[in-house]
Amino acid sequence: MATKNKKLNLKDRYQYLTRDMAWEPTYQDKKDIFPDEDFEGIKITDWSQWEDPFRLTMDAYWKYQAEKEKKLYAIFDAFAQNNGHQNISDARYVNALKLFLSGVSPLEHAAFQGYAKVGRQFSGAGARVACQMQAIDELRHSQTQQHAMSHYNKHFNGLHDAPYMHDRVWFLSVPKSFFDDARSAGPFEFLTAISFSFEYVLTNLLFVPFMSGAAYNGDMATVTFGFSAQSDEARHMTLGLEVIKFILEQHEDNVPIVQRWIDKWFWRGFRLLSLVGMMMDYMLPKKVMSWSEAWEMYYEQNGGALFKDLERYGIRPPKYQDVANDAKNHVSHQAWSTFYQYSQATNFHTWMPEKEEMDWLSQKYPDTFDKYYRQRFEHWDKEHAEGRRFYNNTLPQLCQVCQIPTIFTEKDDPTMLSHRQLVHEGERFHFCSDGCCDIFKHEPEKYVQAWLPVHQIYQGNCEGEDVETVVSKYYHINIGEDNFEYIGSPDHKRWLAIKGESTGKKADSTDQNAA
Amino acid sequence: MSQLVFIAFQDNDNARYLVEAIQEDNPEAEVQHQPAMIRIQAEKRLVINRETMEEKLGREWDVQEMLVDVISIGGNVDEDDDHFILQWN
Repeated sequence: MATKNKKLNLKDRYQYLTRDMAWEPTYQDKKDIFPDEDFEGIKITDWSQWEDPFRLTMDAYWKYQAEKEKKLYAIFDAFAQNNGHQNISDARYVNALKLFLSGVSPLEHAAFQGYAKVGRQFSGAGARVACQMQAIDELRHSQTQQHAMSHYNKHFNGLHDAPYMHDRVWFLSVPKSFFDDARSAGPFEFLTAISFSFEYVLTNLLFVPFMSGAAYNGDMATVTFGFSAQSDEARHMTLGLEVIKFILEQHEDNVPIVQRWIDKWFWRGFRLLSLVGMMMDYMLPKKVMSWSEAWEMYYEQNGGALFKDLERYGIRPPKYQDVANDAKNHVSHQAWSTFYQYSQATNFHTWMPEKEEMDWLSQKYPDTFDKYYRQRFEHWDKEHAEGRRFYNNTLPQLCQVCQIPTIFTEKDDPTMLSHRQLVHEGERFHFCSDGCCDIFKHEPEKYVQAWLPVHQIYQGNCEGEDVETVVSKYYHINIGEDNFEYIGSPDHKRWLAIKGESTGKKADSTDQNAA
Repeated sequence: MSQLVFIAFQDNDNARYLVEAIQEDNPEAEVQHQPAMIRIQAEKRLVINRETMEEKLGREWDVQEMLVDVISIGGNVDEDDDHFILQWN
C-alpha cells in the first residue's frame, strides 16, 4: 500500500518527535538551565546514548492511553451500576482497599510530582520526554484509583479522607516518608529509587499477585485499575532498567554511587512492602499465592536474573538481600500482629484468621507459622471470644528511617527482635535493622529531621494527648465506625445484611461468590 | 543459574492471540494461568513477531498495540516495527 510506505518507522518517528524537537541553548549557560544535574556526582558525557526501547512518541502515547481509559471507565460504570461491591468474596477484603487508598494512591500522586520535577532537571531530551509521560501516567493512576474506590466509599467505612490521613496517620508515614525521601533526593537518585528499585525490582509484588488476588475475590473495579496502571508500569520498568544501564555506561565513577542507591532503595522498598505482604496473606479472604511465593517468583527469580544481567557493569545484588530473603517467611505475620494490636488507631479493621485460613498459612509457611505465630493468634482469638479483644495501648518505638515500629526479628533468629541504635551529635537514634541504620549513617542530616508520628504525639503536635483524641481529631478516623475489630463492626453488620437479603432470593449471583 | 524473562498479559480476548503467537514462535516458553492474568516465561529470550500476530488476527497489527494488554515484563526490551523481544544478556 502506498500510504503504508509513507509512514515513518518507529525509530525514525521517535527520533523526529523527541530528540529533534530539542535545541541547544545559545544565550544561556546550560548549567544555569539545569542546575541540579551535577551535584550528586553522576557524570553524563553523552545524553544521546539514552535509549527508550518502547520508542513511544506523544501521538502514540495519547492514542493508547485513551484506549486504556475508555476500557477502564466502562468497567467502573458497570461495576457501580451492578452493585459490584455485593459480589466480593467477603467484606473483610475491603479493608485492603482502605489501606491501598490511604497508603498507595497518594504515592501515585507523589510520583506524578516527582517525575514532573525531575523531568525539568535533565538536559537530555530523551529523559525529559520519558519523565513527562511517566508523570502523566502517575497522575492517571492516582485519579483512577480514587474513582474506582469511590464506589466502595458509598457502602463501607474508612475511605472518606485518604489524602488527609496519608499526611498524618502513624502507619501511613511509612509510605509517605519513603516517597518524600526519594523526592527530596537529587534527580538521578530519584530515578534510581523509583524507576529502578521500586518500579523494576519491587512493584510487581504489589500490582501483579495482589491484583490477581483482587480478581479472585470478585473485585472487578480494583483488578481493572490495577492492571490498567500496571500496563503503564511495564513501560516504567523498562525505563528503570534503561536508566540504570545508561548511567552506568556513561562513566565508571557512577558505579559506586549507583550501587549505594540500589542498596538503600532496595532496603527501603523491601520494608515498605511488609504492608503488601500482610495484605496478601491476611486481607484477601480467597488466597491466590502466599507472600513468600510471590517474593520467590518476583524478587528471587526475576530479581536474580536482573542482577545477573547487571554484573557486567560491576553491580552486585543489593546489600542485605539475604536478610530480606530470610524475612519472606516472617514479615506478613509480624506486620499483621502489629496492626491487630493497634486497630484502635487505624482506618481499617483487623481480625484473626479463621481456622481454614490458619491452616492455609501453616501449609504455606511450614517452617515458621505454627512454630512462631499460630499459638499467639489462637490465644488472641480465644481472648476475643471471651470478651477481651486485645489492644496494645503502649505506643510503639519507630525506626528513624523506615518509620515502621521496631517489630521485625533477626535473620535466622526469629525470637530475637532486631534493634540497632547509635548516638549522633549527642542524640540517640533507633533503627529496625542494619539496612536502615546504614542509610542513616550515610546521610544523618537528612534523617534526623524525620517526622516520627509517635514522637509527634508525645510532643503534643497532634491535637491531643491521648490516643482517642489524636485518632478522632487529628487523623479524622471515626471512632467505632472505621477502627477496631472487624467482627461486629458496622461494615461487618452491613455485609451480613447484604448477604442476608440476597440469600432469600433464588439463584442470586451473589450466593455463588459467597459459597 | 536459570535466567528467565517473562511477560504477563491481562487474561482477555486480545491476549489469547498474543499467547498463541508467542507459543508458536517460542516453543520452549512456559505459560502460567493465574486469576485474571496469563504469565509467560522463558529462558533468556522471548519474542513476539508482528508477522505471526497478523496471521493469528487476520489483520494488520502494530507492535505497540500490546501496550494495552501487557501487565508486566522482565528482561531487556528490544522493540521495532516487526518484533518485541525480551532478553537477558
